[in-house]
Amino acid sequence: MVEIIVFAVCAAIVLVGAVGVIAARNPVHSALFLIQTLFGMAVLFISLEAHFLAAVQVVVYAGAIVILFLFVIMLLGVDQAEDLNIEPIVGQRFIAFIVGAATFVLMVATLAGSSDAITGQRQATGPLGDELTDNNNVRELAEALFTDYVFAFEATAILLTIAVVGAVVLAKRTSGEMLPVPQNTLEIREADYQARVDARAAELEANAAAAAEAGEDGSAEASSAAASDDDTADDEMADAEGGDA
Amino acid sequence: MAGLTNTLAGLDPLFLNGVTLEVLIIVLVKVVISFGVLLVSVMLMVWFERKLVSDMQNRIGPNRAGPWGILQTLADGIKLFFKEDLQPDSSDPFVFKLAPYLSLIPAFLTFAIIPIGGNFSDPSDPSKTGIITLPDWLGGESTYLQLADPPVGVLLFLAMSSIAVYGVMLAGWASGSKYPLLGSVRASAQMVSYEAALGLSLATIFLQSRSLSTHDIVADQAGAGWLGIIPHWNVIVTGFVPFVVFLIAATAELNRPPFDLVEAEQELVGGFHTEYSSIRFAMFFLAEFMNTVTLSAIMVTLFFGGPAGPILWDGVAWLWPILWFLLKLFVFLFTFVWFRATLPRFRYDQLMDLGWKVLIPISLGWFLFLAGRNVVDDRWPNTNGSLFSVEVLILLGITIAILTVGALLLYSAIRNAAEKRELEEVTF
Amino acid sequence: MLQTLLAQQAPIEAIDTPAIDWAILAPLLVMAVGGILMLTFASVLKRLPSSVWSVAAVVISLVTAITVIPLWMRVTDTANSATSTLAGAVAFDGFSLFLTVVIALSVALSAMLADGYLKREGLEGPELFVLLMMSASGGIIMSFANDLIVLFIGLEILSIAVYVLAAMHTRKLQSQEAGIKYFVLGAFSSAFFLYGIAMIYGATGSTNLIDIKNFLSATVLADDALLLAGFALMLVGLAFKVAAVPFHFWTPDVYQGAPSPVVAYMASAVKAAGFAGIIRVFVLTFEQYRTDWQPVIYVLAILTLLTGSFLAIVQTDVKRMLAYSSISHAGFLLVGVQAATDRGVNAVLFYLAVYSFMVIGSFGVLTVAGGVGDNAHTLDDYKGLSKRSPMLAFAMMIFLFSQAGVPLTTGFFAKFGVISAAIDARSFWLAVVAMISAVIAAFLYLKVIVAMFFAGDDDHGHGADAEDAADASEADADDAGHEPIDIPLGAGIAIGVCALVTVVFGIWPGPIDDLAREALPRLVAESSAFLEIGN
Repeated sequence: MVEIIVFAVCAAIVLVGAVGVIAARNPVHSALFLIQTLFGMAVLFISLEAHFLAAVQVVVYAGAIVILFLFVIMLLGVDQAEDLNIEPIVGQRFIAFIVGAATFVLMVATLAGSSDAITGQRQATGPLGDELTDNNNVRELAEALFTDYVFAFEATAILLTIAVVGAVVLAKRTSGEMLPVPQNTLEIREADYQARVDARAAELEANAAAAAEAGEDGSAEASSAAASDDDTADDEMADAEGGDA
Repeated sequence: MAGLTNTLAGLDPLFLNGVTLEVLIIVLVKVVISFGVLLVSVMLMVWFERKLVSDMQNRIGPNRAGPWGILQTLADGIKLFFKEDLQPDSSDPFVFKLAPYLSLIPAFLTFAIIPIGGNFSDPSDPSKTGIITLPDWLGGESTYLQLADPPVGVLLFLAMSSIAVYGVMLAGWASGSKYPLLGSVRASAQMVSYEAALGLSLATIFLQSRSLSTHDIVADQAGAGWLGIIPHWNVIVTGFVPFVVFLIAATAELNRPPFDLVEAEQELVGGFHTEYSSIRFAMFFLAEFMNTVTLSAIMVTLFFGGPAGPILWDGVAWLWPILWFLLKLFVFLFTFVWFRATLPRFRYDQLMDLGWKVLIPISLGWFLFLAGRNVVDDRWPNTNGSLFSVEVLILLGITIAILTVGALLLYSAIRNAAEKRELEEVTF
Repeated sequence: MLQTLLAQQAPIEAIDTPAIDWAILAPLLVMAVGGILMLTFASVLKRLPSSVWSVAAVVISLVTAITVIPLWMRVTDTANSATSTLAGAVAFDGFSLFLTVVIALSVALSAMLADGYLKREGLEGPELFVLLMMSASGGIIMSFANDLIVLFIGLEILSIAVYVLAAMHTRKLQSQEAGIKYFVLGAFSSAFFLYGIAMIYGATGSTNLIDIKNFLSATVLADDALLLAGFALMLVGLAFKVAAVPFHFWTPDVYQGAPSPVVAYMASAVKAAGFAGIIRVFVLTFEQYRTDWQPVIYVLAILTLLTGSFLAIVQTDVKRMLAYSSISHAGFLLVGVQAATDRGVNAVLFYLAVYSFMVIGSFGVLTVAGGVGDNAHTLDDYKGLSKRSPMLAFAMMIFLFSQAGVPLTTGFFAKFGVISAAIDARSFWLAVVAMISAVIAAFLYLKVIVAMFFAGDDDHGHGADAEDAADASEADADDAGHEPIDIPLGAGIAIGVCALVTVVFGIWPGPIDDLAREALPRLVAESSAFLEIGN
């Protein structure tokens, strides 16, 4: 019973967080929702007896990775909401939605339709809900890391070295001038995008004008609705400007 | 259900017979006591710091509220409660309100894993492994004198200290003005950097005590030490270096002087909490001092045997460990204030250099050294932990040689990079 | 009660770590440790001439290839000497050794190309070589991988280094663009791959390929939906790495923007490592489920062949053209994989080996001919290459003929091998599509050859694009256009070796074919005989 309640609460936290990450307009809020999701996951891990994993989840993901996200967001000053109504590539969102939805349905169908598909012969964290004395994640993990997965574990060293070298190479100061970019490709893309940004701005303006007109001759109810419309339109305009700047 | 009861059970004997109402009440009492103790200790700590600093600077310090001004903090707290709560227009309303809690709550939670009492003097005697048995008129239950002993123990402390970064970071960002943002970026960079050194110096403890649980770590340090006088504390067993690294990293993690660049008034006004006032400011203030107390307690637990100490009079045997714990805690609190009163503030690049180029390599190297020591014990068990057998000397020699080569390489690489920077006339 | 508590503090027993056969790991260790040592020296020593690093990289990768020779003797000594080590995580068979050599040689040749390139672009330094070698050690790990986690880590080592390599030219915007594009999409595909591993782990209870295969042959899964979903997701991850359609979208942009020597490496070693993963996981481990995955590969192969060939024709940029052609080559390789027979695997191995040489050769020519900035790659720029540098044009012709599959070049036997393997496996339509696409692709290669040899010199460099360019750069382009091209020593050697291999083994393919025949992949648990030696 307790387990079910814990699961339900955590699942709600995780899902709300996950939706929030993509629904929030402000990147910092997205990052906060991400932390919420990670915490929900950590609690779920604890209820599955994976204490070590839960702690690592918080230390590594919440404590390091999302912090770095926030760093980038703050230092680069991209913490303004952007106008998401302009698609960089026309039609891309529609296709992305179709593909994403199809994959999601397929996944859910796979998992929901296969109740006995998970054979689960062994786990890295040892048997679930066993004797008190077996409640030692760290030891089980260490054993897995130094027996079955010792090669993968050691190979990770190369991976980390590569990551450091790569980061340094890319972040190194460049000496000399940038090479010229061949004009043909870049100009077309830029112009196309700019045209759509302009079109969107014009559309917003037209909306705002229409709303203002409606407000003049409408009833009190209509005018209040229009006023709120007006506000959102203004906000969006401001956002678009912020994004450009 | 099975899974969750086990989780709750942990290792505390309190839960061995299932969770009854009695147990719940005991846990609740523990929560209230530790909360209260922490709050009172913060109050005293603030007063103590002010008084001590003023003594060191030949001033009088607070002396109006209560005897020796001891109630000064209470008066300040009440004042803060009734001040007007300001929220800047350009702030992010929700995050602005959230940030103080994100600072405060981790500070509380960390204290839960500290064993503040219990007789640890003899690991072979079950009644002397930190378990306190309540008198019969209180139910006769046995328990640890710590709020919780999770199997991941010290990792909880690391997790909480990484969460605490959010409080600082978001406070600065949500204020919507320049100085707090700069302050918070500085603070979080500093905290994230020193967390690495902090974690690495902790790793030597895990290596030595073979456990993450604070209770086990304290139990491991118990018992008679070498020559019967020198205690078997981790600070000695791990050879002082991890402790020194931990102390420095902890000071930086706390943003206390000499690492208080976050609040460098000359550069940043008030740092990340410039825009905060009233009760929200009080929360940051509280969290800061609470963290000081908690980190001191962590150091006592991990390096100085926690509540271990001689029991001088059997009449109140349960009280002695608590007294020893508080005494050790007091020493550390004094040290922190002493730092503040005597050391000048670091420059930012010095701070980062110290963290990345000195503390992290040293703690990594020392970790390798201790691991080599353990390998000797493992391969030649007959050395019995003796320090001067041939095998130990050979292996330590090899380890030291490797470390020396590594250190030389690192040193020349750093120098080489500095020279290159000079050649390219890059300045920071 | 307290006794139970005390019991926990009993001394901790030692963990039985698996036996390690260091000899098997030798190639990997040489490559990875070589890279790390180079990094160490680079940070300690004062600035050395760039050639030092490239020579070191070439030597280290040749040593890697040489360490394989005794291992190869050992593995082909008796029929059953294939084994695995490190708790079954590392496979030791002809397959892994063969691909190790392919990858090591790709590194050596790319490093030779890179030397002159870095000097020309003013990017001297050891970073490129270090990343190249580290990335190659990831590729070697992939070809040795007998465990899905090891495969994944190998894939990540390989890819992350290549992401950085693609963005290596820090002063060229397209290079940065290529890097970020490759990185974002690659990270996405890695996520798919990992998800697939998780599902297969859920379905079979192990990540070790031997255990998975044993489990699948011993058990009939009542419900294999999870397993199949795992197949699909893993295939997405691997198909991305080998640039199979529809996971190819990154290829043209990345190949065009990335430095040419890096592209040479990408087209050879990365593809080889990707196919190592596909063959070991699908052809070998999931043999019982071949009726489930073969149709998917069938469709992928057809799409890849046709898309690659058709889109290559409409390109005007030679580098982009070769990018699409490498997609179409991936299609041919998939044809061999789809057969899922020993013959198919042999054909794929042969293909990978000879394709590495011709593709490194072609991108080597592009490296040299691209001029400063590595930008002069339009078809117009290649007009009259035969006059500016007859050797270069001649070598390019060999490589293009070979890619087209003209007889007397290695490409002919490679294509012949995979198509006959497909026919052998009764995939007739696939064979027909492969042949048609070979013909279409031949048109494309001829287009480049015609431009190089037969297009007049008079109108070169004055295309509409060139006129748009700034005056200064136009003047540069003109200069470069009229003057004979200076071929750096390293690039010259590399291109020469590639051309030689392509022609010699095109006439006499026996040796490579024999090696490929002996290089069949095997899944063998650790032999008990070795365990005794190890202990």
